[in-house]
Amino acid sequence: MASGIAQLAQDLRARKTTATELALAALARARARADLNAFITLDENAALAVAQRADAALAAGKAPALAGIPFVHKDIFCTKGIRTTCASRMLENFVPPYDAAVVEKLSAGNAVPIGKANMDEFAMGSSNENSHFGVVRNPWDATRVPGGSSGGSAAAVASGIVPFATGTDTGGSVRQPAAFCGITGLKPTYGRVSRYGMIAYASSLDCAGVLARSAADCAQVLAALAGHDVRDATSVDRMADDYVAALSTTPQGIKIGVVREYFGAGVDTGVAAVVRTALRELEKLGAILVDISLAHAPLAIPAYYVIAPAEASSNLARYDGVRYGHRCADPQSLEDLYTRSRGEGFGAEVKRRILVGTYALSAGYYDAYYLRAQRARRLIANDFSEAFTQVDLIAGPTAPTVAFRLGEKTSDPLAMYAADVNTVAVNLAGLPAISIPAGFSPIQSGVKLPVGLQLIAPAFAESRLLAAAHHFQLATDWHLREPSA
Amino acid sequence: MSIDAATVARIAWLARLPLDAQTLPQTASELARVLDLVGQLAAAPLDGVEPMAHPHAQALAWRADGVIESGRADALLALAPDTRAGLYAVPRVIG
Amino acid sequence: MTWQPVIGLEIHAQLSTASKLFSGASTAHGAEPNAQASLVDVAMPGTLPVPNRAALDKAIVFGLAVNATIARHSVFARKNYFYPDLPKGYQISQYELPIVSAGALAVRLENGRVIDVEIQRAHLEEDAGKSLHDVFHAATGLDFNRAGVPLLEIVSAPVLHSAQEAVAYLRTVHTLVRWLGICDGNMAEGSFRCDANVSVRRVGAEKLGTRTEIKNVNSFRFVEKAIEYEIERQIRALENGETIVQETRLYDAAAHRTLPMRGKEDADDYRYFPDPDLPPLAVSDADIAAVHAALPELPDARRKRYIEGLGLPDSDATQLCADKATADYFEAMLGALPGQAKTCANWVLGELAAALNAENLAIESARVSASSLAGLVARIADGTISGRISKDVFAAMWAGKGDADAIIGARGLQQISDTGALAAAVDAVIAEFPKQLADYRAGNEKLLQFFVGQAMKRLRGQGNPEQLNALLRDKRRSD
Repeated sequence: MASGIAQLAQDLRARKTTATELALAALARARARADLNAFITLDENAALAVAQRADAALAAGKAPALAGIPFVHKDIFCTKGIRTTCASRMLENFVPPYDAAVVEKLSAGNAVPIGKANMDEFAMGSSNENSHFGVVRNPWDATRVPGGSSGGSAAAVASGIVPFATGTDTGGSVRQPAAFCGITGLKPTYGRVSRYGMIAYASSLDCAGVLARSAADCAQVLAALAGHDVRDATSVDRMADDYVAALSTTPQGIKIGVVREYFGAGVDTGVAAVVRTALRELEKLGAILVDISLAHAPLAIPAYYVIAPAEASSNLARYDGVRYGHRCADPQSLEDLYTRSRGEGFGAEVKRRILVGTYALSAGYYDAYYLRAQRARRLIANDFSEAFTQVDLIAGPTAPTVAFRLGEKTSDPLAMYAADVNTVAVNLAGLPAISIPAGFSPIQSGVKLPVGLQLIAPAFAESRLLAAAHHFQLATDWHLREPSA
Repeated sequence: MSIDAATVARIAWLARLPLDAQTLPQTASELARVLDLVGQLAAAPLDGVEPMAHPHAQALAWRADGVIESGRADALLALAPDTRAGLYAVPRVIG
Repeated sequence: MTWQPVIGLEIHAQLSTASKLFSGASTAHGAEPNAQASLVDVAMPGTLPVPNRAALDKAIVFGLAVNATIARHSVFARKNYFYPDLPKGYQISQYELPIVSAGALAVRLENGRVIDVEIQRAHLEEDAGKSLHDVFHAATGLDFNRAGVPLLEIVSAPVLHSAQEAVAYLRTVHTLVRWLGICDGNMAEGSFRCDANVSVRRVGAEKLGTRTEIKNVNSFRFVEKAIEYEIERQIRALENGETIVQETRLYDAAAHRTLPMRGKEDADDYRYFPDPDLPPLAVSDADIAAVHAALPELPDARRKRYIEGLGLPDSDATQLCADKATADYFEAMLGALPGQAKTCANWVLGELAAALNAENLAIESARVSASSLAGLVARIADGTISGRISKDVFAAMWAGKGDADAIIGARGLQQISDTGALAAAVDAVIAEFPKQLADYRAGNEKLLQFFVGQAMKRLRGQGNPEQLNALLRDKRRSD
């Protein structure tokens, strides 16, 4: 059985294994599971270099918690000297001259990156079918999507290749693939982890996150990532909690608001049933379930699909074939350079969102679309603040369905967008949330597919979130289930 | 709703995305469907609500003035598709 | 039928900070191309803007100096458009909520009339890079050293009614930003640039005419000529029944005309929206008070003080306050010579200005310091040297021969006031020119100065003029 961070850290300190051995084993597993297409880049040399540093630090007995633990970075984090593509033809050959803050923090702790994970192009997608490097397959059923946009990260952890992976979550891109792949996915509070070096999709929503087997492992990684960074003006100057120590707090007496709307139309009945059973498990642990309503939840998808594309249309204007990235062959004029380079460099969904965003910001439509979306965003955020005066956590299904079939929704953007119905509101409000394995939903073909329970906390209350999830995982073993290779 | 070809063409131009006659109708209808979805905002009671641009009520933090980055012309120019004599190059623009 | 020109200026003043508005790269001029373009400046994926406090403070300094409102809450917005010298595909600027608004500046015209020019707003924004269209045959080259340099865009209301008024306003702003030390004002290097919005309307008409925007004018003279040309062009067009097209035009100094700017045909739609990378700017009363405390005495206030307090003529006061360094030099001199304001002004605006002009030096690099010049003037005041000799002494001081006393001593230039020596010289000249003496005694008053001059010559210019006059008057009566 694939071990979590805690187990590996123990083995390393007990000299049962070395960082180098773990790195080589992870790389071997990655190659053996090429069928999943979870990786865009594997870098053995880089991995072994860090592994040797880690082994030295371990031998010297002064190694941080994650030293020697193999992992994978979503290919949206800039890695100095290692190609960073954002799964786009636009950046197919882009080798950043610097490291993202998240990359710096993990390498400072001598965690061992074995490569870069596949994803939806520029993090735009909910199925990982929008990658220039091909679709990623769900380890539980190769005919199904792993979710997106951090699909490669989720598949790599779920298949036991690595114990954890970095991801990003703009509208559910960590939580939804975690749910589809039966692992734990944490989206911290906006501003808790630096965005420096994380290639932007929608700046006011983008958030670095963690995918791992357990909440305890997520706590370990968050502890390494959290902190203020002057290079990101939206990073929050506030001490991070001791997330690991906080895990011991039991859910005894905490109030969990169960959101009526999150079980509404479009939510698969099997999924709803699994989540309600999981919530009763939390009740047994002493939590008090309270039925609540987030009245403006229905506005979340429309607001998100204006704000995110609007910001994206501006964030992706820098890809013009001038300073880096794809440039069309022998441009005839400046306009030819722009339109052909961007036309060839971007995939269909990215272009669609750029057009939608450009439209929403353009003269005559700004007030009706962008400004109204921002007003809706305020109401959605207010709903949460009011709810948190009554309850300590908010809960519901992470996604309305289990992992859907490859190609099932590619022809229909709107059906795809609906997969984010329960996750986008959290990004609009900038709150922390976690998706944890809650059980399995039987489906026609007989294959059992994982279901995710989403817990949402007030801003900067990651400790509360992680502790509740941890105690749920002490009482259940859903997070330990593994797909058969 | 539906969007006329001229509007789609204008938006594509603003975004510097190519648009050919064959794909235009499909792009227009996809765009129209997405705008129908987000158009639900029109019905919502939002008048007078303060727009929210940032997740937290957070004030901008400033940096003290000082040169902390030296240029890295070579490293950066090396990433560019076309450079000449230390300059990035694009097809001639008529000033 | 007569027409009234209506002009508004958009001035871009480069704020003199060490690093850029959103990156830690240097703003220094003259570096190798792209040597000062950081990761942020070339919009490397994943990089983020980090704002420079000094730029904000300088914007506030300007706002206070023009009695403007300083916004307690303002916002950085993205102005979206594609151009090769704009690395991010958007410029970080301010749109709906600028840091400075509703100010005013008193502008003195050459005829002495003073107009009050409304400054609608001044906002912070980043500069673009530089496009070089003429270095390569078929390509435009791009240098991003200037990308991200902090600019204060100062927007006047359309209240200027002639090219002369526009330039007078431009000069006043130029003096002010240099006086405040927030901009070096170097127009050649582009640290101080101006776009002019020009329209004309029939005298008495309420509605403004269609305006054109003249860009890229890089000297006061050209701004005046470009506006003059554009006013004439528009009037000519309207009188021929043509209509003015709202457009951006460039001034061609060589041909003295403005031409429509090419490549700008498509109607811009900048899609401004609040920059999601930058939370709102909050400015507290304390922030403003701190800047206010450090604000220098403003040019107008000082000019007034020189006229009313020191009794200087308007023209002297105006010239002294043309830039802060000159006014400060004057005051340093005055400090050593209390009560001699006019004399100090004469020296600063006379001999010193001439010497500076001759070598085209700024007063900061004057070869004679305020205190040593004061030392020289003191010697005239106490009669040690004559005003005539003092010019030679100043020349020697400028040439680095030491201070006034040293030069006077070394060259024995002290004025001769010893009656014996003077009398001897007088007796010698009247003996030398008997004919002139006769005429003089016959009543030809003019000859007095002839004899004074002759005596002075014998005394190598060091004779005390008053005493010589007195002695020669006595010689009119024959003994």
